[in-house]
Parts: sequence; C-alpha cells; structure tokens
Amino acid sequence: MGNTNLFLLFIDAVFVRNIALVYILGMCPFIAISKNLKTSFGMAGAIIFVVTLTAMLNWFIYHFILIPTNSEIFSFLVFIIIIASTVQFIEMVFDRYFPALYSAFGIFLPLITVNCIVLAVSLFMVLRNYNFIQTFVYSLGTACGWSLALILMASIKEKLYLVGDIPSGVKGPGITMIIAGLLAFSFMGFSGVIK
Amino acid sequence: MIRFKKILYTRSFRIFITGLWRDNPIFCMVLGICSSLAVTNRIENAITMGIGVTFVLIATEIIISSLRNYIPVRVRMITYMTVISTFVIVVDRILKAYLPKISEALGPYVGLIITNCILMGRAEAFSINHTLKESIIDAISCGLGYTYILLLMSVIRELLGFGTLFGYKVMGANYENCIAMTIAPGAFFLLSIYLWIFRTILKRTEN
Repeated sequence: MGNTNLFLLFIDAVFVRNIALVYILGMCPFIAISKNLKTSFGMAGAIIFVVTLTAMLNWFIYHFILIPTNSEIFSFLVFIIIIASTVQFIEMVFDRYFPALYSAFGIFLPLITVNCIVLAVSLFMVLRNYNFIQTFVYSLGTACGWSLALILMASIKEKLYLVGDIPSGVKGPGITMIIAGLLAFSFMGFSGVIK
Repeated sequence: MIRFKKILYTRSFRIFITGLWRDNPIFCMVLGICSSLAVTNRIENAITMGIGVTFVLIATEIIISSLRNYIPVRVRMITYMTVISTFVIVVDRILKAYLPKISEALGPYVGLIITNCILMGRAEAFSINHTLKESIIDAISCGLGYTYILLLMSVIRELLGFGTLFGYKVMGANYENCIAMTIAPGAFFLLSIYLWIFRTILKRTEN
C-alpha cells in the first residue's frame, strides 16, 4: 500500500462515492440539522471525531476478538454496542474535562448513535477487507464527505429561505430532497476522477 | 353496518389507521429515509426490505412492550439497540440462507436496519408506554405504512429505470432506460414529489 493509494482512497470516500449523495446514508440528521449553518459545523466536527474513532475501535474488535473466536455473525450487535458506549463515554469525558468542546458539539453526541453512517462505515470496512491504515483513511474520508454534503446543504438552504418563495407542501424535507438530488447529480461529475 | 361502525371507532383500529396514513413513518415523521431511498431501485429489493423491517419492528415492539415495566429508564436506549440488532441478525441470516441474490443486492443496508430511525422511534414513542396488544397493532401498521411507500417508490423507479416490473420487460423495445431513476438523484426527486403530494393532501406543512 503506497501513499498515493491511500490518497486516492481518501478522495474516493470524500467525492467519488460520497456516503450521503451516492449511498444515501445519514439522511435523518441531514434533513433535520441542515437548517442552520452554525449547527451544521458543530455536527460535522462531532461526526468526524466519532466516526474515525469508532471505526478504528471496531476494526480492532473485529480482527482480534470476533475472528479468532469465530463469532462474526454477532458483528452487528457488537458494533452497535461499541458505538453506543463510545458515544456515551465521549459525552461524559467532554462534559467533565472539556466544557468548551461540550458546549460546541456535546448536544449532537446522543444523536450520533442512531446516525446510519457511523455503523455503515464499520460495515463497509468489513465488506471491503480494509487493513488498519485503510480503515483510518476511509473512515476519515467518509466523515469529511458527509460533513461536506451537510455544510453545502445548510448554506444553500440558508440562502434559499431568504429569497425563495417555496410552495408550502415542499417546505422542510421536500425541498431538502430536491436540493440533495441536484447535489447528487453534480457529485456524479467526480466519478471519472479515479479509474 | 353497526358492527362495522363499532370496529371503526375502536382504539386499536384508530392506532392502525394512524400508522398507515396520518402518522406514516416516512411522509409525516420523515424517518427511515435512507433505506427507503437506497434500496428501492427494484421491486423485489423493496419488498424484502419492507418485510424485514416489519418483522424486526413487530418483534422489537413485542419485547419492549412486555418488558416495559422492568427496563430502567437510564439504560433504555441501549436495551432497544440490543433487541433491535439481535433481530436484525436473524433477518440477515435468513436472507443469506434463502435469498442470497437479494441479500447481495441489499448489501450493508440489511445491517443498517439497526439504525433505521423508525425502530428506535416507535420503541421510544410507543411501545415503552403502551400495552402489548396496542404495540403489536402499532408495529404492524407502521411496518405496512413503511412497506407500501417503498413499493410506491420502487414501482416507478424500476419501470422508468430498467423498463421492467418484477424483472419482466413491460416497456416496448424502443424504450430508452432512464438511468437517473436507478441512482441516487432519481430517488431524491421521486421522494420529494411524493412528499409534496402527500403533504398537500394531508395539509401538513412546515415553516
């Protein structure tokens, strides 16, 4: 594994196979949080931190506990419990020792447990047989890609609500979907970047 | 006729209809969007996913509702997750054993039923403080409400995207497949159109 391949893996996870706009994951917070740019940045920070940390933890658990004991079928259960307890632990540590960080994105931490992309990254890591370094790069890239999509969406929506005259039926989730569709079309332009 | 009216006004029937229509998980609560968009490019995938989610929902609501007086409030979230992921493992195993082709097509989305917000949402909002019977009715109605929307999405996406229904060719030989319908953008646009229609009928709007 050379450095260029790791760089390509990162670009692939951020742009080419963006988890929000190509795999359509993490939609619930994508719709709920993207009303406001400032909260989007808080959520993005929390997601990047949690996704990278839990993916690495899950890699260790999967390769050093689940495979030697032949219990891969429990991977769903183990992964989700690891994720839930890590999130709870981070929340407690932040609350106790880093009050500034806690006030910035502490409130998003409980929401992250049910965010599909945290679990999805662990499942993709198993499906694609990534090694430890690849898992780190892939999870960081995926989290950055999702955050990029969220921040793009929030900035578009903030502007849109200032000028737009949106029909009442599509307000909220409806218009978010339409913007997401357009964003997904534009992200398809990246598909030729990596062969 | 009187008998029919009696059924119409029972509490159970009201719970059933609410899940299907007024509080439909996808259109009104906008939960469980990820899977409804990602797996609806073929009808068979959508039906399998719908049945899977309905099964997990019913099983989870039965367990949570029966144990609702014994679950400590502080650890209830992790209890929901443990119960949900146990049944998702069951669904995953059954699919791998009997429907390997569909299991491969669904890929990681089977495992992601765990984080489908409908399951956590219904456990937290309904079965934790309702009786067993009501919880089962709620689970069936929310599951069906979710499944029929997946069907509505997948019929149009498969018809326009592949020119087929259930894998059989229905469009004429000259039909040019609309590729956009098979991938993410088509799913986003179609769901927003449905949302628009349903919310206009229900007169449920947001600021």
